[in-house]
Amino acid sequence: MSGEILLEVKDIRCGYDGVPVIHGVSLEVRSGEIVAIIGANGAGKSTTMRTIAGLMHPLSGVIRFDGADITRTPAYSIVARGLAYVPEARRLFSKLSVRQNLEMGAFTVKDRGEIAARLDRAFQLFPVLKERAGQIAETMSGGEQQMCAIARGLMSNPKLIMLDELSLGLQPSIVEKVLETVVEIRNQGITVLLVEQLVQEALEISDRGYVIQTGAIVHQGTASELLASPEVRKAYMGM
Amino acid sequence: MSLFFQVILDGLWAGLLYGLIAAGLSLIWGVMDVLNFAHGDFLMVGMYVSFFLGFLFKADPLVSWVASGIFLFLFGMLTYKLVISRILGKAMAPLLATFGLSMMVKNLVLNRFSPNFRILESTILEGRSFMVGDVIVPLPQFVTSLFALAVLGLLYWMLTRTRFGWAVQATALDGEAARLMGVNTEKIFLLVFGIGGACVGIAGGLLPSYLATHPDVGTLFSLIAFMIVAMGGFGSVPGALVAAVMVGLIESLAGFYIGPVYKYIAVFGIYLVVILIRPKGLFGW
Ligand SMILES: Nc1ncnc2c1ncn2[C@@H]1O[C@H](COP(=O)(O)OP(=O)(O)OP(=O)(O)O)[C@@H](O)[C@H]1O
Ligand SMILES: [Mg+2]
Repeated sequence: MSGEILLEVKDIRCGYDGVPVIHGVSLEVRSGEIVAIIGANGAGKSTTMRTIAGLMHPLSGVIRFDGADITRTPAYSIVARGLAYVPEARRLFSKLSVRQNLEMGAFTVKDRGEIAARLDRAFQLFPVLKERAGQIAETMSGGEQQMCAIARGLMSNPKLIMLDELSLGLQPSIVEKVLETVVEIRNQGITVLLVEQLVQEALEISDRGYVIQTGAIVHQGTASELLASPEVRKAYMGM
Repeated sequence: MSLFFQVILDGLWAGLLYGLIAAGLSLIWGVMDVLNFAHGDFLMVGMYVSFFLGFLFKADPLVSWVASGIFLFLFGMLTYKLVISRILGKAMAPLLATFGLSMMVKNLVLNRFSPNFRILESTILEGRSFMVGDVIVPLPQFVTSLFALAVLGLLYWMLTRTRFGWAVQATALDGEAARLMGVNTEKIFLLVFGIGGACVGIAGGLLPSYLATHPDVGTLFSLIAFMIVAMGGFGSVPGALVAAVMVGLIESLAGFYIGPVYKYIAVFGIYLVVILIRPKGLFGW
């Protein structure tokens, strides 16, 4: 089911203010896949995603997306290339309406008709957002905000979407719904790279996974391999 | 009674002018958390542009505001490129740097053009007025007020109704998230600094119709603008307008009914009370 390599991260090292945090991470995502990155708090999952998204640039290493080198490409051009990042803690534009948030997601698109069509698709995926279109983002519930954040990411019509801890602050029933949506997104032909604390749940919907620990990949494999691995079960699923 | 209306209207004209001057300061603060200490000097530079266009080429302020608006748009962007962009986000650095810029611009103007008060003779609006009942409406102040309403209205429309405006708001709310949407926030900052400069440049362009130009003319306006921005709520353009009109009215009422020397005591006193009661300002987030 998986096709060409869409995203390729080769031995990146990253840090904040000169303090290294990622010490050589490599991974790849093939088009059509759902790939999970799992690891403990502070392992460097978000830093890896932020670097891929272009919010920061690696000290060394290479990132290639859809055949092009994007290692030093600024975030605002990366999204235009078809790589969207739904950041940790959602980061909606708090004082703007749901509709404005969604339209901002298609900021790189100029054609009004195209934007309206994408808005329709977002409302089909999350009907609740249609009812709440005029509501100010910060006044919505956590679950609604997460849906809005995913929908905003999809508004750029990405080839690959990175989802950083969708489950953060959500009750289990909502998490289940959100993860079902992730599968639906992939079935629409969008490749997914996700970071999740809920290792079991994440691996159940993923094709492959990487385990990251203090800034380095320590395990990798198909989702079922990782789910069966005693080390992974012991370290991340408390079994 | 007509005396009361006279005082109120005089306050309104002053307030609308303050609103026009404060709008750019408020916008820049709202989007990039930078208090541009040189804002009053931007106004002063705008006045000099307009004065010299009038003095050398007989251009009327009613025309020259276009030139000073454009000049300050470029000056604002240059300030961003050369100074602010290098230190943005580094705590107090932008404030301290614009303080230095303020001193430098003021002293440069002082050095080149002397401390003399310069008055533009025979402008179109000079000395003209019309009556509404018993109340005198001076034309220069009235026209400046119309400009203030038009510019602020345009600014508000741009921020709330255009894609560029939404991108500005998104950048103000969460710069990183805006970049993830494809917004080149660096360009937004550059343009916002330019637009803030243009607003105060338009005010400066109009003022020589009724105010003398000199190197220190921006200082009091700067203080009043800071106060208005804090009072209206940092970053809120409508808040700035409301606070500006309040300040104009208080100034006029206190100046007339208590005495001219008390007007700024009243203004800054009420400012203190507002900030103590609502630290985020009247319309603050
Ligand atoms: N802005 C920052 N400045 C300095 N250090 C940072 C910054 N952001 C993250 N770090 C550090 O980088 C390391 C990796 O953080 P990162 O946010 O990537 O972890 P994570 O795996 O996403 O963790 P979590 O599960 O808690 O989200 C941590 O040690 C963290 O303290
Ligand atoms: Mg994280």
